[in-house]
Amino acid sequence: MLDDFFIRALVAGIGIAFVAGPLGCFVVWRRLSYFGDTLAHSALLGVTIAYSLEFNIAVSIFLISSVIALILIQLQRKTNLPSDALLGLLAHSSLAVGLVVIGFLTFIRFDIMGLLFGDILAVNKKDLFIIWFGGALILITLKIIWKPLFASTVNYELAEAEGLNPDRAKAVFTVLLAAIIAISIKLVGVLLITGMLIIPTAMARNLSDNPQKMVIFSIIGGLLSVFIGLFSSLEFNTPSGPSIIAAALVLFVFSLLKVKQTIQLKN
Amino acid sequence: MSIENNVLVKLNNVGLKQNQKWLVQGVSLQVEKGKIVTLIGPNGSGKSTTAKIALGFYKNIEGNVEKYTSNIGYVPQKISIDWTLPLRVNDLMLLTENLSDEVINESLTLTGVKHLKDKSLANLSGGEFQRVLLARAISKKPDLLVLDEPVQGVDFTGEIELYELIKELSLKLNCGILLISHDLHTVMSATDHVVCLNGHVCCCGSPSEVAKNSEYKALFGEQASQTLGIYEHKHDHVHTTDGEIKKK
Repeated sequence: MLDDFFIRALVAGIGIAFVAGPLGCFVVWRRLSYFGDTLAHSALLGVTIAYSLEFNIAVSIFLISSVIALILIQLQRKTNLPSDALLGLLAHSSLAVGLVVIGFLTFIRFDIMGLLFGDILAVNKKDLFIIWFGGALILITLKIIWKPLFASTVNYELAEAEGLNPDRAKAVFTVLLAAIIAISIKLVGVLLITGMLIIPTAMARNLSDNPQKMVIFSIIGGLLSVFIGLFSSLEFNTPSGPSIIAAALVLFVFSLLKVKQTIQLKN
Repeated sequence: MSIENNVLVKLNNVGLKQNQKWLVQGVSLQVEKGKIVTLIGPNGSGKSTTAKIALGFYKNIEGNVEKYTSNIGYVPQKISIDWTLPLRVNDLMLLTENLSDEVINESLTLTGVKHLKDKSLANLSGGEFQRVLLARAISKKPDLLVLDEPVQGVDFTGEIELYELIKELSLKLNCGILLISHDLHTVMSATDHVVCLNGHVCCCGSPSEVAKNSEYKALFGEQASQTLGIYEHKHDHVHTTDGEIKKK
């Protein structure tokens, strides 16, 4: 069954949707979408390093993204620049360096479009293992740090006062973000991973009145986006990443109807 | 817990300096089981900073803090819930501790907001929100409660009611309370020891001692010490927060 490229892409997408839902909620709640973008952009550098050293791509991306996250934390401490400027600096410079390195690696044939926007044909059986095994690890870790992470998202001081160690939870969460980017890059692509984290979650926000519901709806939204996106990718021969994200956008637009209704009910 | 007495937390001559400016300096105080210590002082006098020092937020303080418990309930001065995070009262109650429904109901009933349990936090009034925060802090039966202006935004009768409740709780749970208030006369009946701050400890003692103290008068004006006790008149009924009238 897994010999069919489309089934593989579908299985990969389902795995990613399950992980992207809960992580995406925290990205939105903690206002980290641009941070996610920065990690994703740096992933391209990870890919080039993987190719030139003949190293596993997912592991390489994971390491580079984690390093970029560490550099960012250091820069925030040591410079007077605002966070968004630092994020922009790291995002674009790592993307640029990644593309420059690709230019030098003339002996390897790169599918740049595939790297940037995802490629439905690129997912092999080993990737499936990495997505499902890595995804399970991410979810288990998130479950473990859920309480301190969630409490500090609501109020940092409260979490710290009551002994939950929010700094450690935040550090672990950063690593988890790097990890999901690493496992989903083949299907969704460097430029659109943050969309996979944020858009189903934004849709879920419109439909939920409590955090648990929001997590569940964003998983459902992600799954629907993957199904609709991949089928239309197959049908219209479009790149897989943009198709999935466009499907998510359509779902989001529909969810706005619900918001409009509740606003009318209130009045 | 320290063995020889009931001390939960003790500040020894603590101070905090940020950007070459002392936020607060030379503060010594201790909170014991079943006792309420109130910090008062004008805006910017270092009340919240002192409470945060007691909670261990700062690493680079002068002096030292001895803490004998880790079971702490905290009501921060400011807490704003981002609209991107849908949160009901019940979700907030479960924030730092896994509590049974029974315990949650009990705590919410104590602060008079049980009827709001399934409401979204975004729809609460300021006073209702404070009552929920207080319920959350007491629900885990802490050894030490740190309350930073816990009744802000609560109407006047509610304010006195909540201070009475806080007093009751300190006895019932046998917990120590570090209370911050900008207003001495409303906490008067509900405190054992008052520390008046103005960047340093300007005076301390029992509430009536502090009210008579000349430094306190200089800080808050003659008026403040004279109006003490004026609010002790009794009502024959109370209004519960869900709008009912209860005869006493």
